[in-house]
Amino acid sequence: MYVIARENKKVENKMTDTNTNTESNTNNTNKSSNLKIVESDLKIENSLYSELSSQFPDKVQLVYTKPKRIKIYVKPENIIEVAFFLRSHFGLDHAESVCGTDYPNENVIEVIYHLNSYSREELSQIIFALSTKTDRNSSYLPSLLPVFKSVEYHERETYEMLGVYFKGHPRNERFLLPEDWADIPPLKKDFRIKGR
Amino acid sequence: MTNEFSESLEKKLEETTKLGLEVVKEATEDRLMKLSVGPQHPGSGHFRFTIKVDGDYIVYCDPDPGYVHRGEEKMCEYRNFIQNIPHLERPVIHDSTNITYSYSLAVEELLGIEVPRRGQFIRAIASELNRQVYTLYWLAIYGIFLGHSTMFMWPAGDRELFIDLLTALTGARVTHAFNIPGGVRNDIPDGFKEKCLEYVNYFEKRLKEYENIFYNNPLFRQRTENVGILTKDDAINLGVTGSVLRASGVAYDVRKVEPYDVYNEIDFKVQYMKTCDSFARAYVPFLDMRESCHIIRQLLDKMPESGEVRMKLQSNPKGTPGESYKRVESGRGALSYYIVSDGSSRPYRVKISVGSFRNILALPHLLVGSRLGDMPCIYWALNYWPVEADR
Repeated sequence: MYVIARENKKVENKMTDTNTNTESNTNNTNKSSNLKIVESDLKIENSLYSELSSQFPDKVQLVYTKPKRIKIYVKPENIIEVAFFLRSHFGLDHAESVCGTDYPNENVIEVIYHLNSYSREELSQIIFALSTKTDRNSSYLPSLLPVFKSVEYHERETYEMLGVYFKGHPRNERFLLPEDWADIPPLKKDFRIKGR
Repeated sequence: MTNEFSESLEKKLEETTKLGLEVVKEATEDRLMKLSVGPQHPGSGHFRFTIKVDGDYIVYCDPDPGYVHRGEEKMCEYRNFIQNIPHLERPVIHDSTNITYSYSLAVEELLGIEVPRRGQFIRAIASELNRQVYTLYWLAIYGIFLGHSTMFMWPAGDRELFIDLLTALTGARVTHAFNIPGGVRNDIPDGFKEKCLEYVNYFEKRLKEYENIFYNNPLFRQRTENVGILTKDDAINLGVTGSVLRASGVAYDVRKVEPYDVYNEIDFKVQYMKTCDSFARAYVPFLDMRESCHIIRQLLDKMPESGEVRMKLQSNPKGTPGESYKRVESGRGALSYYIVSDGSSRPYRVKISVGSFRNILALPHLLVGSRLGDMPCIYWALNYWPVEADR
């Protein structure tokens, strides 16, 4: 409890410094999602990002903050480092889901880890989306299995559904699909359902 | 002379140890027996897992879900936001209100609409009733697989009460398609409130009988207590959810930590236990059912007498470009939807993260090292619904 209280204090101090930086970001999300977001509602979300960006100044990039949601973008080569920091310092201890999305126009596949905390009460309401992108034709990403044990089956599912190979994952193999599946990964946008 | 002798002795030793190792290896491989459980075995639902047993002990377990995989996520990309609802509830028809609840919440955020207050209450009532239906169904199966046929008959019978209520409310027995973005499909019928209160009061009395005949049964206790220990740290690391998590001493319920709709006005306690065994995993859903009765009574009491239940939408609504992540507490734990919209009337990507899929990670962890006879009681206590996990 003491650690949490101390961290909160630190966070409040930082809030006053970084308010000016984060304003522009929240304005952007206002436009895109039609939601009225009050600055004070995003206190924890913004403080999480400011703490993270002071630790990794060039490596993390804020995508959006919404009430109880925060999404950051990290390059694949830095993801293990950042994920380890999220786990050890913020106490985000498990992944709720790992989601791959195919964007053929930009030629990338985005993989998002939705992280959440069971051990820290004030973070349990927040979903921390850690996103990274990989090339669509040769999709390789480092596996986060050493950091979060809970991603094991989610990453395996992402491998078979989108063809993203997770380096360091012991079993990049079939999971939900039939054993004789011989087509491209089905959640890629080139895969069409017959008759549609 | 001595050197040669010692060398030859070493060689012989090496050979014998090599041979010995091979013999031991062969012997252990012979000892192990590979068993395939499911997917058409009545004891596993529609879930296949392979285990290796050494005598009576399980030494290896490899879950292989996917027997009832139907590609819900891909199907979502071909239908518009409203058309998706009937097929999205197919993975878990016993809990169909909850599985469409978080979908509706996520779509509402993308469409930028808000549900009228009376609609929010009706939603919550339907989802609580549906949670009872699911938990009773699960309890019936758990009872019969532990050889307790009374515990199959009683919940299966009492489940009909809630099904009757839901039929009166939605018009269908199990696949309700009741939640839609913007509210619920129809208002509550006349006399529903009184009927619902009557059933809930009756059911609460029945719960005491359940406790006496099943949970206090010495045979049931012997089979489940201290079986399949999942410690708090392991539960957190494996990222399990729902009753499995709460049975390991983590008081985490989405209704409490991130209240959606009207749950922040409801007074209830998160039920959890600290014993971490199969008994706790079987007992926490029971406590949840009891708590759910309190919630239903409060919801009926606080519901506004009149008003809109649904916000009218355009015929083919288009989402704002962006993404949304919403979750609710279902019968099997947190159930979340991640939806990406590209501005068209169809979702660009839908990711369903369900409690069952997250909980199978605990299965190999618990089964390895336990006895074969404990397998059903560990497996069913995980509150696992194969069809939902496969999606």
